Amino acid sequence: MSSTQTVVNKSAPVTEPEQPEQRKWTRSALPYLLVLPALLLTIWILYPFVQAIVYSVQNYVLSNPFGIHFVGLKNYWNLVSDADFWHTLWVTILYTVLSTGVELLLGLALAYLLQKQTRVNNVLTTLMMLPLMVAPILASLMWKLMTNPSFGLANYVLSAVGLHNFPWGSSPSTALFTVVMVDVWIYTPFMAILLLAGLRSLPQAPFEAAQIDNVSPWFTFQRLTLPLLMPYITTAVLFRLLQALQTFDIIFAMTGGGPGNTLLNVNVQAYNQAFIFLNLGVSSALLLILWIISYTISQRMVSYWSKGKIAAQ
Amino acid sequence: MNDTNPNVSEPTISRRTVLKTAAAGVATASLGPLVAACGGGSSQTTTSSGPFSWQKYKGTTLSLLLNKHPYADAMIADINSFKQLTGMNIKYDIYPEDVYFEKVTAALSSRSSSYDAFMTGAYQTWVYGPAGWIVDLKDYMNDANKTDPSWNVKDIFSGLMSSDSWNGSPGQALGSNGAHQWALPWGFEQYALSYNKRIFDQHKLSVPKNLPELVDVATYVTKNVPGVYGVAVRGSRSWATIHPGYLSAFTSYGAKDFGSGLKSTVNSTEAVEMTNQWVKMVKQGGPQNWTQYTWYDCGSDLGAGKAAMMYDADILGYFNAQGTKEAGNIASTPFTANPNATSPASNVWIWSLAMSNFSNNKDAAWYFMQWATSQKHLQYGAVQQSQVDPVRQSVASSSEFQNKVNTKGPANFLSTFQATQPNARIYFTPQPLFFQVATNWSASLQTLYSGSNSMGQTQDVLGKLASDIDSQTSNAGIR
Repeated sequence: MSSTQTVVNKSAPVTEPEQPEQRKWTRSALPYLLVLPALLLTIWILYPFVQAIVYSVQNYVLSNPFGIHFVGLKNYWNLVSDADFWHTLWVTILYTVLSTGVELLLGLALAYLLQKQTRVNNVLTTLMMLPLMVAPILASLMWKLMTNPSFGLANYVLSAVGLHNFPWGSSPSTALFTVVMVDVWIYTPFMAILLLAGLRSLPQAPFEAAQIDNVSPWFTFQRLTLPLLMPYITTAVLFRLLQALQTFDIIFAMTGGGPGNTLLNVNVQAYNQAFIFLNLGVSSALLLILWIISYTISQRMVSYWSKGKIAAQ
Repeated sequence: MNDTNPNVSEPTISRRTVLKTAAAGVATASLGPLVAACGGGSSQTTTSSGPFSWQKYKGTTLSLLLNKHPYADAMIADINSFKQLTGMNIKYDIYPEDVYFEKVTAALSSRSSSYDAFMTGAYQTWVYGPAGWIVDLKDYMNDANKTDPSWNVKDIFSGLMSSDSWNGSPGQALGSNGAHQWALPWGFEQYALSYNKRIFDQHKLSVPKNLPELVDVATYVTKNVPGVYGVAVRGSRSWATIHPGYLSAFTSYGAKDFGSGLKSTVNSTEAVEMTNQWVKMVKQGGPQNWTQYTWYDCGSDLGAGKAAMMYDADILGYFNAQGTKEAGNIASTPFTANPNATSPASNVWIWSLAMSNFSNNKDAAWYFMQWATSQKHLQYGAVQQSQVDPVRQSVASSSEFQNKVNTKGPANFLSTFQATQPNARIYFTPQPLFFQVATNWSASLQTLYSGSNSMGQTQDVLGKLASDIDSQTSNAGIR
C-alpha cells in the first residue's frame, strides 16, 4: 500500500471539521433572524387584535377606569338583542352590496370600452384614475358641498332638467343613494383598472377562433370574456366588498350616520361608541362582529377563486 | 485559535457576553425615564409657600390645547402680557371643533402630560371630572398663596361658576354642596333670537315672541320671500343640536330631561308638545338640509341673508353682524318659547378652562388660568377682540364693552343679553352619559323631521328615546 492511499474505515463515523463557535451560532440563528421581520409584523398586527377581543369582553368605559371588569359576552348579547344593531348591520350590508354591485357593472363596462390600447384610450384611462387620487374624506366633503341645496352645483344642474329641491343626504329616502353615488365616484376606477388589467392579459387565441367562426360579440362576451375574466372579477369584488363593509369616511363626512339612524353603519357606530361615548367594550364588540363577517366572506371568495383556478387548469 | 494559524488567538466575544451586555443596556435605558421622573422635570408640589407672586414660576413653559375659536384668538393676541407678567412661556396647539374634543379625550384618557390646561365645555367635565382626568380647582381658589388677591371669583356670574361645578353624583344639581370646581368659565353664549331687520321691515313682519309665533313667521317667510327661509337652527346628528335653542325652548315649556331617580322624562306631555312645534317649525320654515346643519351653517345663512331668523347663540348673531352681506341688518331679541312663560329660560354653553390632572406644571398652569380669567384680560378680550359674552359682571357692565356691542353688535344685543342672563344656566341634568343621551336625542329629532310629525309619532319616537335612555343609564349602573 502507498503512503498516499487512504484507508477508509467504513465503520467509523464521518465527522465534520471543527467550526468556530461564532460561525455555529450564526448558522443556527440565521433562520430565526430571517423570519424576524415577518414575526414582528405578525405580532404588530395581532397585538391590537387580541387587545380588541379583551376589551370586547369587558365593561370598558374610558371615563370610568376603576370600573373596568370582565363581563363575558354581555356586550355581544346586548348588541344582538337590540333592534338598532340589526338595523345597523342591515345598513352596512345594503351599502356594501349596492356600492360593489354598481361599481362592478360600471367598472366592467369602462374596462371593456378601454381595453384596446389606443392613444385616446390611454389618455382616458389616466383621467379615469383621478378620483382614486383624491382622499375619500376630501371627496366626501367636496360632494357634500356640491349637494348643498342652497349653493350646491348638483341641484343647479338638476333644476336645469326640471328636478327641483332634490334633498340628497338630508332625507332618509335619498341619503343612501347619495352616499352610494359618492362611493361609486371614488372607487369605480379601482374596479375598472383591475378588470382592464385582466382583460388585457387574457389569451387571444380563443377570441381569434371566435372571430373566425363569426360568433356574435354578445356570445363572445358571455361565453369567453366573462369566464376567463372571473378570477379578476372575484379579486376586484373581494377587495371592494371588504372595503365597503368597513366604510367610515364617506358616511361620516356626508351625514354622520343620519338622518336619524338611516346611514348608521357598523364602523360609524363603533366610532361613536369609542370616541363620543368612550365605551371601548361595545365599540370593540361591534368591530369584532364586523371582522367575523369580513373574514367569512373573504374565506368563501378565496375558496371559490381557488376552485375556479384549479378548474381552469 | 483561528483556522489559518492555530497559534494566534483572535479576540472573540462570546454569545454570553453579547447577551449580558445587551441586557445591561436595556436595563439602563429603561431606568432613564424613571430617574427623570423622580429627580428631574418640573413637577410641582402642592405645598404652598410664600405669598403670591406672579413671577414665582418664571422660566416655566406651559402647554395648552385650544379649540379654534375667537376666545383662543383673543388669548393669543394678548399672550405677551402674560409672558411679561409671569416670565413664563406658552406653547399651544389649536384644533378645529370637529375634532377638538376627540383630541382632548385622547390626551386625557392616555394620561398624557403633553398639555397643562385646555379649553372645555361644562358637559365634558361631567365625564372628565369623575374619571379623575382634571383637577378640582377649589384647592387653588382657596389658597391665598397661589391666587392673586385681585382675581375676585365673585365677579364671575355665579350661574356660570355653578354650571362648571358638580359633585359627581348623577342627577345631583350643578353647584350643589360638595361640588368640585372642574373648570373656570372663560366666555359663554346664551340663546336668543337673531333676525334680519331688513327682511322684517320689507315684509312688515312682527318679531315672534314665542314658539308658535316663530313657527308662523318662519313658515310665512319660507313661502313668500324668494331665496330666503324662515329660521336657522342646528340639526346635525350630534349632541350639539340639542343644547342651544332646542333645549332652551324645551325648558321654557316646563320639560326636563330627567325626573327623580334619574328616570328619563324626554317624553313628558310638555316635551311632546314642544318637540312637535319644533319639528313643525323646521319642516315648514327651516333650512332644506336641516339634518346636516351645524352652528357654522346657521350663522353663515343669517349673515348671507338666506335665513330671516336664527334661534341659536347670541354671539353667533354678534359675529355675523359685521363683515357679512347683511352687516348692519342683524338684530337680537330675547326669546321665551313658551307662550305662558314670562321670561326667557336660556340654556348656556360655557367655554371654560380646565387643568389636566397629569400636568407636571399644575401650579404654573393655575397662574395661567387666573390670568386668562382675570378682569384685565377679559376686558381686553371683550373690548379689543371678540371674547363675548363676558363671564365677569364688571366687564359686562363696563361702558367700553357696552359701547362696543352697541356700535358693532346686532341691534338690541345688550338689552337682549341683560334680559336673558338672569335665568341663563345649564338646564341639563348632569350625568356621565350626557353625550350618548344627547346624540340619540338628535337622531330622534331627525327621525321626526323625516316623518309625518303627528303628535302620535312624536309621542312614539320620544317614548322610544326615553326607554333607550333608561336602559343605558341602568346598564351603566347610574340609575
